[in-house]
Parts: sequence; structure tokens; C-alpha cells
Amino acid sequence: MKDEWLRVDRLPHIYCAGCGNGTIINCVLEAIAQTGWDQTQTVFLSGIGCSSRAPGYILTDSLHTTHGRAIAFATGVKMANPSLHVVVFTGDGDLAAIGGNHFIHACRRNIDITVVCMNNHIYGMTGGQGSPTTPLGKTSTTTPYGAAESPFDLAELAIAAGANYVARWTSFHVKQLTEAVLTGFHTPGFSLIEVRCQCPTSYGRRNKYREPMDYMTYLKSHAILKEKWERTMQPGDELPAESFLVGEFIRRSRPVMGASDEA
Amino acid sequence: MQGNIASAEGALAAGCTFFAGYPITPSTEVAEHMAARMPKIKGSCFIQMEDEIASMAAIIGGAWTGARSMTATSGPGFSLMMENIGYAVMTETPCVLVNIQRGGPSTGQPTMGAQGDMMQVRFGSHGDYSIIALCPSNVQECFDLTAKAFNLADRFRTPVFLMADEVIGHMREKIEIPDSVEVIRPKSLPEGALPFAPGPDGVPGFAAFGTGRHTHVTGLTHDERGYPDTTNATRHETLVRRLVSKIEDARHEIADYTIFNEDAQYIFVCYGAPVRTVREVVERIKTPDTGYLQLRIVWPFPEELLKRFPNARAFIVPEMNLGMMSREVERHACVPVILVSRIGGELHTPEELIESVRSAGGNL
Repeated sequence: MKDEWLRVDRLPHIYCAGCGNGTIINCVLEAIAQTGWDQTQTVFLSGIGCSSRAPGYILTDSLHTTHGRAIAFATGVKMANPSLHVVVFTGDGDLAAIGGNHFIHACRRNIDITVVCMNNHIYGMTGGQGSPTTPLGKTSTTTPYGAAESPFDLAELAIAAGANYVARWTSFHVKQLTEAVLTGFHTPGFSLIEVRCQCPTSYGRRNKYREPMDYMTYLKSHAILKEKWERTMQPGDELPAESFLVGEFIRRSRPVMGASDEA
Repeated sequence: MQGNIASAEGALAAGCTFFAGYPITPSTEVAEHMAARMPKIKGSCFIQMEDEIASMAAIIGGAWTGARSMTATSGPGFSLMMENIGYAVMTETPCVLVNIQRGGPSTGQPTMGAQGDMMQVRFGSHGDYSIIALCPSNVQECFDLTAKAFNLADRFRTPVFLMADEVIGHMREKIEIPDSVEVIRPKSLPEGALPFAPGPDGVPGFAAFGTGRHTHVTGLTHDERGYPDTTNATRHETLVRRLVSKIEDARHEIADYTIFNEDAQYIFVCYGAPVRTVREVVERIKTPDTGYLQLRIVWPFPEELLKRFPNARAFIVPEMNLGMMSREVERHACVPVILVSRIGGELHTPEELIESVRSAGGNL
């Protein structure tokens, strides 16, 4: 079924060897296969960046929009026709820098769309500049001496702004990621699935993760399951250095906008 | 009825079912009226977005679902919309923008009228393109031209602009609202046709999202399938030249204007609020040897109309800016072009325009 959703005449794709984006697209299409959604009633949107090329490889109606604005375009699509299933692909720069305002307002409105953020901590398309999620001290072409700004935590941001469903996984955790995307599809309101992923070309090369597997190994060994952390942590404990939480961060039913009458 | 309300009512009469906007003086009444009216119309949606960038983005999204979509703004918001206006041009998205112009630059004069965005509407986004811009000079025209803007947007698959100003937007006049207005939707995408393959008029057929055509829409230079092809010079040139010519080639056919006294020697070329003073000077005071050309569609500029005045000795262009459309008139006129500028928010006085005729050589 997944192959029917691929725009095969657009292949080969533009992604670099070892890029994590293909894995994530695969997981999203796998989740869609489990929804039974009608291909003609599903719309993918994106902004600008590597992540945002994804809709171009998927055989549905799709809107590849301006930098950072995909969620605002998606709001228009969903509000004008709530019966459509609306999915946004975005990246860390697209979502959290230039698109930050649209991001938090869509969370606040709880507009019934699903946003999948490919967070590779870098502007890959433009050659490796620092982004709002580049970790402190990490190197990019615009942070040649190490990033001096604190990064955003996209999941916490979405929760604070009001989103109904927020999860974080990595390009290593394909099974859990697929399940999270599926849950996002099924949860009315705004769903964010943040996916930490490797960019060997622009991020890994400058940060000692030159081979794709280097960063996959890092993701695997530094991802701490949120439930496990909360179960075992002692008061005052802090996450080990370079570690981060994964799992489902919130699932709730605040009032939503743009939900289909049929739902 | 107020001009801004008339504009909103014109949109609703034309079947506008999606409005996204952000408050800004002096256009806010358009959004407020839509906010009150649209929730009571089945299948319609009003949404207040977080800024004008988002408003423009949302109406493009709405338009791709097949909804007639509109936003309204003024100078500062208009500036913010520029990138997505270019996106609408490149993706051939039909939509309508109302710009109630105010004094600029920057925050300028929020409550005073101006015509300072006439070049921005034509050239404000990056790259080469053309658009359609209409200018009302009274409240009836706010209604009529807003409704008309939707038909032009659908026919040419392009953003269309109602370039009103604070004077007209906040003016109250009696108007006649017709029982129904003409509605011409975009021609549909023929079966088997590529989504960006133009018809004989240079305009592709339209397939709304959800109708099974699986259209990929991108702001990148694209082929007729809609797929990116960004390094092929011929591809880019063919696409951009078509986007321009589909509008420019129709400029005389779609021209919307009034000509008064073709035999005149001193002709006012006017649009928007200054039309009112011109009519006072030409029609009521009957200043000798004067006539006028009122443009309701300013862009694309219908330069052939200037030839309709065989005795012309000068074209006089009264504008609420320091000279914008006067430059376009100058480009095409074979006689002197005299600019009469007014900025600050007040209209030209009749005396001022009569004096301009005198200075042009008029024997008054």
C-alpha cells in the first residue's frame, strides 16, 4: 500500500546518503497505511528545507510553501475544508526559528493537524548553519566556535502552547515513531511528533558523527524513555550530559479547531 | 454603508467562504464584518490569524481547497504579505486582497488615506511578475469591484488586489446591492491534463485539493506537472514569461474605466479617491477643455486608453503619493504629464486641480 502513496516519477530524491529523512517519511507512510485514510482526502504541506521536500515524493495533493509558514497554510486548508486530513512536514529551522510564531499559535488553537518535525539540529539545505535546536557548544558554519545560545525544547514548547498530543522519538526508534505518528493522526487537535535525526553531511561532519551510524548510535544510547526516567529519578536528578527524553509527552483533549464533523 | 463594509458584502455576494485576517487600521472593519457575517453562512469560515504573513498563507491554503478566499489589510500588513503574494503568483493561486491604503512609510498615518502602495502592489514581491489591481472611488465601487476581483482571480488564477484607501474605506454612501452578482469560477483541469499546463489563454485549469488529482504545488520553478526544476534556464523563462503575459496580454480586454470628454485637451488620469475631486472640476465646475480617464483597473495598465484623447495637450495625474501611476502614464504618453501630488491624508481641492490645468497651458 505504501508504494501507491509514493510519487515514483519524482525519484531519485535529493536527500544525501545516510540522511534520516527517508526513514521518517517511511514511518509516516506506514502510519497512514494503518489509518485507512483516503489518498485523495489527504494533504501534505511543508515549508522550506530538506524536511520540506518530503511532500514532493508523496502522491497526494501537496503544498510546498514558503519558509516557516507551512502551519499557517495548513490552517487555511483545514479550516476551509475540515474533511481533509492535513499533515505537515517541517524541520527545526522551519518550525522553531522563522515559523515559531505560527507553531505556537497553531498549538494554542489546537487546530486538527499533525506536524512531524525532522529535527537534525542544523540548516541542512543551506549548508549547515546553526538552528534554534543546535545544542550548546556544537559546531556549525555560523557557530564555528560552538553554539552559544540555548536550544529550544520543541516538545515542551508545544505542550506549554496547548497542543493535544506531543511525542518525541528518533530516526532509530522506527516502531515507536510509527506508533506515535498514528496516535497523532487519531488524536483530535494539534499533534507534534518531534523526530531527532541524523544529518551526516552538515551536522555530523562538523560534530564527530561523520558516519550516519555514528549519530544513530548516539541517538540510541542517549535517548531515555520518559516513563522510565520519571519512575527511577530521584529528586534533584538531572538528565545525564547530552541525553534527552523520548516517548509520549502529553495526550489530552483540550478544545480543538478544524475537526471534521464526521470525526 | 461604509466602504469597508461594502467591500466585505461584495465579497460575500461573490461567494467568498474563507477569510483570514489580522486587525489593522484602517481596514479592520472588513475583518470585523466578516467575523460577524461568516459564522452564520453554512460552509464559511472566518479566522483571525497571528499576523499578516499567516493571513496570506491561510487564504492560499483555503483557495487550494476550492474556497473563494480573501484577506484585508493596510500598508504595514501589506508589506508583511509580500513573500506569500509572490508564492500565490508562482503557484497561480486565485485569491483576493483588500488593501485600505494609509499614509506611510512605516507606521505613518494609520487613520489617514493615501495611495502609497500602488508600486508595491505591482512590484513589491521579488522576481518578475504581474498582478491585477482595482481601485474604487466610491462605496458602490467597493462592493462591485470586490465582487469582480474574485472573478478575475479565478479566471487568471492570480492574486487580485482591491487597492482602496482610508478615505473611501471609511466613507459612508448609499449603494445599490444587486440581487445577485456574476460569478465565474476557474475553468476546471481537463481530464488527463497536467496541473500547470496552460490553456490557450495561458491559464491552466484548476483542480481543488480533495478532488483526486494529487497536485503538487510548489513555489520553486516547476514544470507542467508541478515538479521542481530549478536549474533549467528555459524552464524558468517559459514559466515566468507565461505568468506575466497571461495578465498583460489581457490588459485591454479587461480594462475597466470611464472616459469623460474625449475631445478634451487637458485630461485627468485618475483612480481612487482623487476621482472625486476630478469629477467636481470637470463635470460640475465644467472647467473648459478638460476631461478625464478614470481607471478602475490600474494594473495591468491599459495604455491604449491614452490614445482615446486625440486633442490631448497634457495628461494631469492627481495622486495621493509623490508620483507612482504618473510614471506609468509618462512611459506611454506623447504629451507632457503633470503630476499633482497630495500626501498627508487630505484630498486634492478643486482649486488645486484647476490651477494644474492653468499651469499646463489651459486658457482659463
